[in-house]
Amino acid sequence: MKNEWPLWEVFIRGQHGLSHRHVGSLHAPDAEMAIKNARDVYTRRNEGVSIWVVEANNIAASSPSDKGPLYEPSESKVYRHPTFFDIPDEVGAM
Amino acid sequence: MAATLTQDEALFQFLLRMGDNTLILGHRVSEWCGHAPVLEEDIALANTALDLIGQTQMWLGLAGEVQGAGKSADDLAFLRDVWDFRNVLLVEVPNADFGRTLMRQFLFDAWHSIQLGHLMKSSDPRIAAIAAKTSKEVAYHLERSADTVVGLGDGTEESHGFIQAALDYLWPYVGEMFTSDAVDAAMVDAGIAPDPASLRSDYDALVLRVLEDATLTVPDSRFAHKGGRTGAMHTEHLGHLLTQMQWLQRAYPGASW
Repeated sequence: MKNEWPLWEVFIRGQHGLSHRHVGSLHAPDAEMAIKNARDVYTRRNEGVSIWVVEANNIAASSPSDKGPLYEPSESKVYRHPTFFDIPDEVGAM
Repeated sequence: MAATLTQDEALFQFLLRMGDNTLILGHRVSEWCGHAPVLEEDIALANTALDLIGQTQMWLGLAGEVQGAGKSADDLAFLRDVWDFRNVLLVEVPNADFGRTLMRQFLFDAWHSIQLGHLMKSSDPRIAAIAAKTSKEVAYHLERSADTVVGLGDGTEESHGFIQAALDYLWPYVGEMFTSDAVDAAMVDAGIAPDPASLRSDYDALVLRVLEDATLTVPDSRFAHKGGRTGAMHTEHLGHLLTQMQWLQRAYPGASW
């Protein structure tokens, strides 16, 4: 796979005020071409106002096998959810 | 021809030239669909082809109106014979390799973007409107093809060889875009379109800058193949292209979705 272009992850902001969201990935020789390719592959139907690309190997990701140590300890700690407070009616919608 | 050319006849010819350029190049680029070297390029080329064919609908649609013979853009695209086409020879040469396809695209896009910049100021509001709408697409085509030409030229020894060979092959087709005749004179007089020759210095400045970035050598010769935009003589390639592009309407007249 030595001749493959690097893989880029593509993030697109759909409208002003929203966050960029991951939409997929593509191959490109450099960042500029990655943005152009993202324009052609992911914004053909008027999906975006802003594109981010990041080379996939620059993303540090958690390992699926760490699922237990990372996430399970919080499952049993329901008191971390702010559901045990009596909210006075006068406060209105929070 | 000059003596008998009415304003509407000249305008019709001018619109055919615009629409046939985008039609024939759009068809050529569409031939890559499913065959491009990588998926991303395949999609990008197909997008470009669709843009160009969309632009054709506007130019040939207006041409049909001006002609006043009740012809639609489809009639003009699919039911004319090779000698009635008015595209420059550059856009009908075969795709050959990816390098030649991209170099042809760049050499055309550069002219196209400059031409549309002038047409946005056309005295004919219909033409100014089409130019304003299409110039954004073409600005992107130019950005993409210029970057790819630089990428291939300033890339590996192999890619440089391919794109230099493409430039050497295509350069003699550049000059035709800047030739003028009675049709152009009528367009200039009416303030509809610029004199093609007047675009050459802007074109050279743009193209030479990109080709220099691409580390390519521009051929010395200013020899130009001609005959496409006047219809005097196309290359043998256009007839073959039309047999593919037009066969369905020829075999099944009036067929529609």
